[in-house]
Parts: sequence; structure tokens; C-alpha cells
Amino acid sequence: MNRGIIHIDESPIRLERWRRYLPNWLKRFLPSRGGRAEDHHGKAMFGFTVFLLSESIVFLSLIFTYLALRLTHSRSWLPPGISGLELSSFVIINTVVLLSSSFVIQPAENALKRRQLNRFRWLWLITISMGTYFLIGQGIEWSNLDFGLSTGLIGSTFYVLTGFHGLHVLTGVLLQIIMLVRSFIPGNYHKGHFGVSATTLFWHFVDIIWVFLFSLLYLWQA
Amino acid sequence: MTHDSQESITGNRESENSQKQSIENWRPYFSFSTDHKVIGVQYMVTTFIFFLIGGLLAMLIRAELLTPQLNVVDRPLYNSLFTMHGTIMIFLWIIPFNAGISNYLVPLMIGARDMAFPLLNAISFWIIPPAGIFLLSSFLLPNGPSQAGWWSYPPVSLQFPTGQPINGELFWIVSLILMGISSIMGAVNFVTTIFWMRAPGMTFFRMPVFVWSVLSAQLLQLINLPSLTGALILLLFDLALGTHFFKPLENGDPIIYQHLFWFYSHPAVYIMALPAFGIFAEVIPGFSRNPLFGYRSLALASLGIALVSIFVWVHHMFTSATPGWMRITFMVTSMLVAIPTGVKAFGWTATIWKSKLHLETPMLFAMGGAAMFLFGGVTGVMLAATPFDIHVNNTYFVVGHFHYIVFNTITMAIFAAIYFWFPKITGRMYAEGWGKVHFWLTFIGANLTFFPMHPLGLQGMLRRISSYDPQYQGWNVIASLGGFLLGVSILPFIANMVGSWLYGQTATNNPWLATGLEWTTTSPPPRENFAEIPVVRRPPYDYGDPKYSVIEPPDYHEPENS
Repeated sequence: MNRGIIHIDESPIRLERWRRYLPNWLKRFLPSRGGRAEDHHGKAMFGFTVFLLSESIVFLSLIFTYLALRLTHSRSWLPPGISGLELSSFVIINTVVLLSSSFVIQPAENALKRRQLNRFRWLWLITISMGTYFLIGQGIEWSNLDFGLSTGLIGSTFYVLTGFHGLHVLTGVLLQIIMLVRSFIPGNYHKGHFGVSATTLFWHFVDIIWVFLFSLLYLWQA
Repeated sequence: MTHDSQESITGNRESENSQKQSIENWRPYFSFSTDHKVIGVQYMVTTFIFFLIGGLLAMLIRAELLTPQLNVVDRPLYNSLFTMHGTIMIFLWIIPFNAGISNYLVPLMIGARDMAFPLLNAISFWIIPPAGIFLLSSFLLPNGPSQAGWWSYPPVSLQFPTGQPINGELFWIVSLILMGISSIMGAVNFVTTIFWMRAPGMTFFRMPVFVWSVLSAQLLQLINLPSLTGALILLLFDLALGTHFFKPLENGDPIIYQHLFWFYSHPAVYIMALPAFGIFAEVIPGFSRNPLFGYRSLALASLGIALVSIFVWVHHMFTSATPGWMRITFMVTSMLVAIPTGVKAFGWTATIWKSKLHLETPMLFAMGGAAMFLFGGVTGVMLAATPFDIHVNNTYFVVGHFHYIVFNTITMAIFAAIYFWFPKITGRMYAEGWGKVHFWLTFIGANLTFFPMHPLGLQGMLRRISSYDPQYQGWNVIASLGGFLLGVSILPFIANMVGSWLYGQTATNNPWLATGLEWTTTSPPPRENFAEIPVVRRPPYDYGDPKYSVIEPPDYHEPENS
């Protein structure tokens, strides 16, 4: 009769014992006595975080391609007659606007958690305009460059990297507009605010990616 | 451990819901349902149709290879045939089928009412049929589908012979990106479900090994699949928009594509194989009436395989001007995979050891698959050795090796799973005799088809060629006849499945007297799986006494001793 148990606990690895030494926030992801199916917000945020981690690997693969091409073609990186990317004050202001919008959207989410709906709307609107400013600035930057998509490796990598990032900024702005519109539906955020939290997290993600892209594209001069 | 207070689930209790099995039941399967069971069946049936199409392409390839000359198809069509065969079998059969069976089983096995995100689940399924049909529609293009092989290496894939903007390669890339999006959405859903939706008491180390292997496979999807998406985006830009990432004549580097591609596509083998290992771990204890040997080791070996397989991809590129340090490093990591997979194989074998074997069809498929996995694993370790790999690179030895994994192991496991859970899914039993006929035809056909590829490869026959030196004909004829036998072997399976679903004997809730939460609910399970969410108090695979099921029905209350 005891045969059923002999095989169960024979492994020297005891995850339950290790779990005790983990910090609390990590323990939450390793619940020891079953899941937490009733926590809809936590569940959805977990899924969205997992998705963003996965999405960052798409960026990583594009950045890997950029690095590999640039390091193996350091001499011929700029085709003849192309001045390359300039670290102009315009680009720096654009970057500062995008990065500081993270510090606006977070108070907006906190305001919504405290049910200060009007404060949420104002801060949210500021974030939307900062994101839109960045997108328009990127468009102007693109149109002022002296190389196109098919101009050597610099054109290929620059436009694909910034374009893919810009697509994410655009998605973020669209999500923000949807969340703002939803805030005018009476009682919409009484049940939960997963959409707002996810948009906020997504916006931070977009900002962090830009830090890497800005460093790799603009600060690393040819 | 005593079982006296447990309710026994005996094999002869009739299912109460057999009368509800009316002809109306097919309707939800054609609708946009968010029920994970319906979605699971939708996945499985859809991908099976793609499997049949991919199999027909394979039989055309084998027909061409019956003779050394080129006489059935022309060369461009032959290229398209093996490209589409590989793409369909990987991206439209095994990976989505595994998503389907996992969809059906994971919530049942962990005691959840549904997946974490039911709507997302439905969307990720409904991407698959349009993407597959789009891929197949490239046969209708004036110059046919992509001819660059399933890995679509540039610059070959970019030198499409037509030069037209709408071409098979474009269709291939777009449909693969779509399927990638579907897989990522599915992976997010599976990982969240397994972490968050487990029933009370279902700790990580009470999850069946199948759930562990699905978790490992889906984590791999999340980590590695984005690199394929990135590679395909860049390839699409090169193909259609005039960029130069992978064009060697324009300073681009095709090797980067190979790195990005194999960073996904080697772990893809484990994304396909891990659920198969999980199926073996469910079926083998059930039919040997023994607890799974080394449960924790097998569970952790799933994660171990996933972890090691992230760092092995360069072994596909030993001949791509890879530097020596890389060859040696990746030779060692590739060989390391043999350790966790060895743990798995040892666990299955030790489970069978000194047991009372019941050789029903699922067990035959599981044992056949596990045995052939040993063969495929041994040739895998051989291929991991750089000198040997350079010798047999791009020959039929490689083709034989991976077909022993993807067909003889994974597809056999899929058949084992279909037979094993058929009573649960349909509420009816399949015909055992026809199942055994199917097994033996498949087992013999698979070995006849794929074994001859090993000697052919060692003798130097290259893959992806439509005409070959006459000295290779003998083995090729055997392989082709085996391939046609495999084509025939699917017929009793289809007849059995369709006939049994319509007219089979009514199945009980637990016809195999197996352990696991999915067997505690009705066959087929109700819309929300369990009348009441079960509370799990025992470890899995508790096959102490064949008369008893391990997990108590939910109305059984025992004060928890903490």
C-alpha cells in the first residue's frame, strides 16, 4: 500500500524549502498551495508582464542584428556622402519628453487607484500629448535625415529599429486614448482598472526600450 | 497512506450524460467559443487536416524518390514540396496540435474552470486556420510556393526566381508571423493559467508531469519565438522593401539570420517534444499501474531540458564558418541535453519495471514512441559531435534523425494522447482492435520510412535533391514503400475516430482507472469542468492500488493537516 508514495519524494531537490528564502514579491508567483484564480487583476497583469518580457526579445533580436552588423562593418558603416545621425538638441528634447512622460503616467494610474477621476484624466491627457509630441518629432527627424530605408546598413537598421519602436509608441497612445474615453463611461473603472495598469506598464516598457535605442543609435557615433 | 475513506471509481459505472450526446453537439465546434475544451478540439481537428495535407506532400516527395531520375514532379515543384511539407508539419501540425491538447487538458488537470484568458484563447486559435489556408494558397501563385526550405535561409530565400512582388516567399513569411503571434498569445495564456489557476492544494509538485512539460514548452515559446519573429520581420523587409540586412552583396550578413532562426528553431524541437514527454509520463503509469518513477526529477527535468535547449542553437551551424570556440562550446551544451532527457527516459523505463502491463493502444503508442525516442536521441548525440556532424551535414542522416523525433516520437505520442483521452473528450470508447491495427501499421511504416535514411546519409546522399545517384536506390525504395504504408496507416485511425465518436460504446468517467483530476469529472466534462472546484490533498500518480483513484471527489472532506 505504501508503494504509491515511495517514488514521490525521492528527488534531492526541494523547491518548497528554497521558496522560504525568496522575497515576498517573488513568492507571489510561486504560490505553494494552489493558484489564485479569483485575483483577476493580478492574473491579467502577470500575463501582460510575461507578454512584455517576450516582446522585449523581439527588440533584442533586432538590436542583436544591429550590433552584429555594426561591429563587423565598423569602417564601411556610413556609405559615402552620408553624414549619419546627429545628436541634435531636437532629438534630445524629444527623448526627454518621452522619458519624462513615464513620471506623469504613473501618478495618473495612482490617482485612478485612489478614485480621483479628474486628476487621472488631466495627467492622462498630458501623457497622451507627450507621446504624440514624440511621434511627431520622430516623423520630423525621419524626414530631415539624408538617408533612406535602403541606404546601406545604417538606413536598414535605423528605420527598422525606430519604426518598430514608433509602432509601439503609437499603440501606447491609442491604448491611452481608449482608456481616457472609457473613463467617461459612468462606473467603468469601479470594477477594476486592468486596462489602465496595463497601459501604464506598456508605456514604461516603451520608454525603457527607447533608452537602449537612443544610446545605441545616437550616443554611439560612427 | 490509507485509501479506506476514498470513494472508489470503478470501471463499469455508466456515464450519466450519455443521452445528451445528440447530433446537436457538433455546433459549438464551428463557432467562436471561449470554452477551452471546444477550442482544444478545434485545434486538434484543424491541425489533423493540415497533417493529412503535409502527409500527402511527403508521399509525393517519396514517390519522386522511388527512382533516381526526375519523373514525377519538376525541380521547382519538388523544392516547394519539401518546403511546404516541413513548414506545415512543424507550424501547422505539431506545435498547434500540442497547443490543442494542452488547451483541453491543462485546465482539467490543474482543477480550473477554464484558461486564464478565454477570449485570447479563442483568438489565438482562430488565427491558425486563416494563416494555414493563406500559406497553402501560395500553391495557386503563378510561380508556386516558397522554395527555400522550411528554414528559408537568405540569400536563397531572397533570390526568388520570379522577382514579382507577390510571391510564395512573401506568403510564407506572412503566414509564419501570424502563426507566431498566435503561439505567443497561447503561451502567455498557458503560463498564466498554470501559475494562477491551480485548484486549492494543487501545488507545483502535485501537478502532473504533462502540466510541467507544457509549462516548460510554453516558457520556451515566450523566450525564443520572438527571435524568429524578429528574423522574419527583417527577412520581409529585405524581400519586399529593399533593406540589406541579410544580403551579402550589400554588406548584409546571412549568418545573422541563421543565428536568429535557430535560436528559435532548435528550442522549437523541445517545444514540440516536451508535451510528448508529458504524454508518455501520463500514459505509461496508467497502463503499468505503477506510480511514475522519480516524479520530481521528471518534473524538473522538463525545466532542465527547456533551460539547456536555449543554449544549443549553434549546432545547426557547425558548417556556417563558425569559429572553433563556438563549435566546441555548443557541442558540449548540445550533449548536455542528453542528461535531462536521459532522466526522463529512465523514469519511464523504471515505471514499467516489474509492473502489470496493460497493452492497450495508448500504451502501445507510448512505449513505441519512447523506444524510438531512444534511437532518435542516440543519433542526436552523434550529431551533436562536431566532427561527425560535419561529415553527415546536409545528408539524409539528419533527415532520418529528426524524423525519428518529430514523427516516431512526437506524432506517436500525439496518437497515444488521442487514444488515451478520447473517452474523456467524446464520452465514448474507441475500437480497440482498429487502434492496434493502426499502431502496428504506423510502427512498421515509420521504421521502414525513416530507418533507411540513416545508412543513406552515412553513404553521403544529400537531402533536398529530387534526383540522385542510382547506388542509393535500394534504401530509397524501402523508405518510399514505408512512406506509403504510413499513408495507409492513417485510414483505420480516421475510420476509428469518426465511427467511435458517432457510434462508440459510452465511456465511463474514468475508463483507465487513471489518476489525475481530469478523470474525476464526467466524460465529456461539463461546460465549467467541475461541479465544484476540487481540493487536492495527494501527490500525483498515486497508483498504489488499482481499484482506487487518487484524488477524492469534492464532497469528501478531511481536515487538512498542515
